[in-house]
Amino acid sequence: MLKQTEGSHAVAEAVALSRPEVICAYPISPQTHIVEGLGELVKDGTLAPCEFINVESEFAAMSVAIGSSAAGARTYTATASQGLLFMAEAVYNASGLGLPIVMTVANRAIGAPINIWNDHSDSMSQRDCGWIQLFAESNQEAVDLHIQAFKLAEELSMPVMVCMDGFILTHAYERVDIPSQADVDAFLPPYEPRQVLDTSDPVSIGAMVGPEAFMEVRYLAHAKQLMALDVIPRIAEEFSARFGRNSGGLIRTYQTDDAETIVIALGSVLGTLKDTIDEMRADGIKIGVLGIQSFRPFPIAAVRAVLQGAKKFVVLEKSFSVGLGGVVSTDVRLAMTGIGLKGYTVVAGLGGRAITKASLHRTLREAIADTLPQLTFMDLDWRIVNRQLEREAHMRRSGPIAENLLRDVGAVASKVH
Amino acid sequence: MLSIAAFVQGRHAQAFPSFGSERTGAPVVAFCRIDDKEIRLREPILAPDVLIVQDPTLLHQVDVFQGLQPDGFVLINTKRTFDDLGLADISSRYRHERLTTVPATEIAMKHIGRPLPNAVLLGGFAALSGLITLDAVAHAIRDKFSGKVAEGNVAAASEAFDYVKRQMEELAHA
Repeated sequence: MLKQTEGSHAVAEAVALSRPEVICAYPISPQTHIVEGLGELVKDGTLAPCEFINVESEFAAMSVAIGSSAAGARTYTATASQGLLFMAEAVYNASGLGLPIVMTVANRAIGAPINIWNDHSDSMSQRDCGWIQLFAESNQEAVDLHIQAFKLAEELSMPVMVCMDGFILTHAYERVDIPSQADVDAFLPPYEPRQVLDTSDPVSIGAMVGPEAFMEVRYLAHAKQLMALDVIPRIAEEFSARFGRNSGGLIRTYQTDDAETIVIALGSVLGTLKDTIDEMRADGIKIGVLGIQSFRPFPIAAVRAVLQGAKKFVVLEKSFSVGLGGVVSTDVRLAMTGIGLKGYTVVAGLGGRAITKASLHRTLREAIADTLPQLTFMDLDWRIVNRQLEREAHMRRSGPIAENLLRDVGAVASKVH
Repeated sequence: MLSIAAFVQGRHAQAFPSFGSERTGAPVVAFCRIDDKEIRLREPILAPDVLIVQDPTLLHQVDVFQGLQPDGFVLINTKRTFDDLGLADISSRYRHERLTTVPATEIAMKHIGRPLPNAVLLGGFAALSGLITLDAVAHAIRDKFSGKVAEGNVAAASEAFDYVKRQMEELAHA
């Protein structure tokens, strides 16, 4: 049913339609509305049977999810930012044990400095944790990806993270088509675990593995992610056949066929990019967009196939590996091995900085003219950066950086008169 | 609720808040785009066609008119006039028949008993912009609230609609 609704609420409905049997979560912005919505659906009996468990922390949330998934229950949780970091140890255990938990990450920056706004630092910090990581471009895709995620997770017996931009998507009201329960039931069969804690047929899950087999167990996780490269597009096709729209898959292209420059990005910024690219095309610039829906497994071959005909690429990313540069860019460059393509990394939108069409126009035109530095921080305020660097050069006790910069921009909330 | 009203009329709409410290009394901004095709753009609205000011005490603290289109519409929640508010300068820069005020807080007190001007202002917005109908506003209010709260807000929005309509007619003849 078509409705105008908040992204978080739409995701709560999609998760409920997937009939999870255990939901546990600890509130953290900007994810909170999702589990609040689910809590209401459990309480009023719409979602049943389902146990909603309030836990004392994110570490407990993932630990409970591991227990319930091992007991054979379809299990869901959601988090963001510091919450994801706090559960990190259990996140690795969930994938290491091969438990098909589905988790929403409402992407948000990581402190310090504390910041509640959107970027991709949180899920990128868990890039190597062994979970499948899917990114939603719109709230419709977020809804669709959650339904696909349960199917994908359970088919491969591995956990799936659905990443959606915090606030930009979670708090946006837009048109979303919520599928019917009958269609979701037909698409997503009941969970049939590969391993289960069952008193009538006892097993242990979580053995200690020494050097004799550890590498093999880890390799099998990789092998499953490689299988996911086939399973993800297949599930997206099945979804499209039943629900009549394309959502998910490994990658999605826009105006790339004759493009000389291809911009690569993840998540909701793809929409702004498409609008920008339309305007640049109207000016005769051959430019296109490559959206990466599946960041893990990283679709090396698919990315390579799209970029092969282009002359240069720009990776626009909301994440940043301090001391190196781009995170997504590193993977894209791996996909480009052996192809002589000029590439640029543009780090943008960190901590909620708005990514505007005007800035994209300027930056992409500089890339096309080859005047863009290889690593660019879009809309960086050099004035306050340089002031702080000067301060540090001139005095030993230069003070806390964040407070200094806030004072320089004139927006410090407290203790400045 | 504005985006829901637009949706009710078959249009595409995208509404999102400015994200900040959600403490009572902190200045906040929310945005809404309405279009006939899918809205892909995710940047904040930098050049609005319509500006609604819920709290007139912000007028001299924040440049709320920044980026407003030259032929833009303005609706301010106040009992006072633009000149009384010290906005004579603004009046001269924009089309005067599109600069309106409505005592939304007072109207809310009368119908809802609480100083919550939001839904009331939507009634005024419908009259001012013509982008949504009063029926669609009522539909959106009933989508969000029920019972006495919904009906109080619908009545308040309707009073604001009439108030702004009348004011626009007066401004057109002024």
